[in-house]
Amino acid sequence: MTTPFLEVKNLNVSFPTEDGEVMASQDISFNVALGETLAIVGESGSGKSVSNLAVMGLHNRARTNISGEAWLNLPSGPVDVISAPEESVRRLRGKSMAMIFQDPMSALHPYYSIGDQLSEAWRLYNEGSKSDGLKRAAQMLDLVGIPDASRRVNEYPHQFSGGMRQRVMIAMALINNPSLLIADEPTTALDVTVQSQILQLLRDMQKEFNMAVILITHDLGVVAEVADRVNVMYAGKIVEQAGIDSIYYDSLHPYTMGLLSSIPRVDQLGGHRLKTIPGQPPSLIGLPSGCSFRSRCEYAGMVSGNLCATEAPLLDLKAPLHSSRCHLSIQQLNDVNPSDVRSAHK
Amino acid sequence: MLKYVTKRLAYTAVVLVLVSLVVFIIFNFLPIDPARLTCGKSCFPALIEANRHRLGLDVPWWEQWFRFMHGLFAGRNYAEGAAALHCGAPSFGYSFNQHSCVTSIIGQAFPVTFSLAVGSFVLWIIVGVSLGVVAARFKGRFPDRIATAFVLVGTSLPTFISGILILLFIALKFNLLNPIEMGMWHSPFTDPFGYFKEFIFPCITLALAYAATYTRFTRSNVIETSSEDFIRTAKAKGLSNRVILRKHTLRAALSPIITIAGLDFAGLLGGAIITEGIFNLPGLGRLSIKAVLIDYDLPVILATTLLAAAFVVIANLLVDIAYAYIDPRVRVG
Repeated sequence: MTTPFLEVKNLNVSFPTEDGEVMASQDISFNVALGETLAIVGESGSGKSVSNLAVMGLHNRARTNISGEAWLNLPSGPVDVISAPEESVRRLRGKSMAMIFQDPMSALHPYYSIGDQLSEAWRLYNEGSKSDGLKRAAQMLDLVGIPDASRRVNEYPHQFSGGMRQRVMIAMALINNPSLLIADEPTTALDVTVQSQILQLLRDMQKEFNMAVILITHDLGVVAEVADRVNVMYAGKIVEQAGIDSIYYDSLHPYTMGLLSSIPRVDQLGGHRLKTIPGQPPSLIGLPSGCSFRSRCEYAGMVSGNLCATEAPLLDLKAPLHSSRCHLSIQQLNDVNPSDVRSAHK
Repeated sequence: MLKYVTKRLAYTAVVLVLVSLVVFIIFNFLPIDPARLTCGKSCFPALIEANRHRLGLDVPWWEQWFRFMHGLFAGRNYAEGAAALHCGAPSFGYSFNQHSCVTSIIGQAFPVTFSLAVGSFVLWIIVGVSLGVVAARFKGRFPDRIATAFVLVGTSLPTFISGILILLFIALKFNLLNPIEMGMWHSPFTDPFGYFKEFIFPCITLALAYAATYTRFTRSNVIETSSEDFIRTAKAKGLSNRVILRKHTLRAALSPIITIAGLDFAGLLGGAIITEGIFNLPGLGRLSIKAVLIDYDLPVILATTLLAAAFVVIANLLVDIAYAYIDPRVRVG
């Protein structure tokens, strides 16, 4: 295995509020290598964005408690972006790591032309005149598939459609050739047809620039399409971490199994209701002891004693390259995994 | 753009014509006979009728209106023979009270009001906007609390209180203003220091109230804009906080301020009645209040009303044009 570009170790992010401390992300550890796509899946509030904003250094440090490490293995040597001074992390943003966001409609400044915004990003790290910047901007727009780029570079965000704006965002993120791209729900606000175009574009760009890509999403369909590896998050923690096939075919966590069986499938005849996970995710303020998922877990009763309520499970390696945060043994997990999910995919 | 401006200019003209019509109609139905007002105690019916004819008040109101509009562009003659007098274009009529053409009365009052408006405008924009930005930048901390206190004082002190306080306890107490000289016009060209002394206190009075509102408005706009997605994008690009504030946040946060600033300024050009009153400034505000409450000087009232309307309408147009340059989304083809 190659050295990962990003190594996150025991990252915790919490926000002090009047009602108590919101434990948004806890004990997050993962790696991404260049050329690899890691998907982070989870429902709203599961901490998937929060942990990655911490990697980007985009939290207000005065109002956020962050601990742990996040190492970027730069050519000049590894840097821990959590402990590094704010100013030096800023100089990595846009250059070594870049981020695109969910809503391309509001992520671009409405008053500046597309060219101005792209060239501003380029000139931050490159010597060049404004017209050089605009030329570079047009090249990037062309690369991300915007027709007539040299003319459209002078247009404003409101003159672009949603999908085109997301292309612009991608062009802007990639203009300084970063090694890490964090895409935070990049297709959520887009039409389904446009979604797949944007995913294809991300894949092409990843090849072109040999980037490590982190794709944050709640859409398991998107994950299946592009990811190499998957982190499943629940209530601020990673509950399952595995390669893409293992997640879909041999899931080893009850939450992931629940998610997968709640997706409608074309290969199943209609006539039966989709399975749902009962209940709600817990509040991130004053999390209950033990496993955060236990109150919704079908299989909590199978664990001997009252372990699920008293002891928080650790993210254990249960199979090669496959970790799960569950007290059930690998044997039990294999037994409870609904066989139809596994066989149908195989 | 040219087509848009031309169209807007045409609308502006229509609005002003309508305003003048409305004012004429109101005056026509007032229970006051302007001809009766021309001669006070010495009045007798024949004189009233003679004056009525001399001032052109003996024709129906629409013909009076027509003569007024004509006078605006071509000047106007009143009476004949030895009593004849002429008010050159643009003529706003003749004030019997002051024995003078309204245009020249306005011409004397306007520089006063204009100085007051410009001076206070500059003050309140600088103080209000910068204080608002600082308060937003240090939200919840010491500078923000200072700004909040300022806002509270500024908005809750009406100008007739703050003006009198400033006049009595600063300007007069420290002999900064000579009460005898108050209300005398000092030309900024021949006596810049006298001009400054005359206007600085009324400008501060007026600016105080406006600056407080602008501080509040700027603060909330900057805070709101700071949480916009495009500001997060700017951060993710690697821009420094200073550049983000200057180039990205302020550009978006301050644009709406142009709209209210333009209209507030135009409103002031119509005259700041209370402030002019306190500091005895012979501006449009005092002129109108005197014309309305004391003299029933209808030609003057008509002229100041029309002017105030014109300023607001023109300011509206300028704001819209400026906005089209600032915000590409409202740009028209």
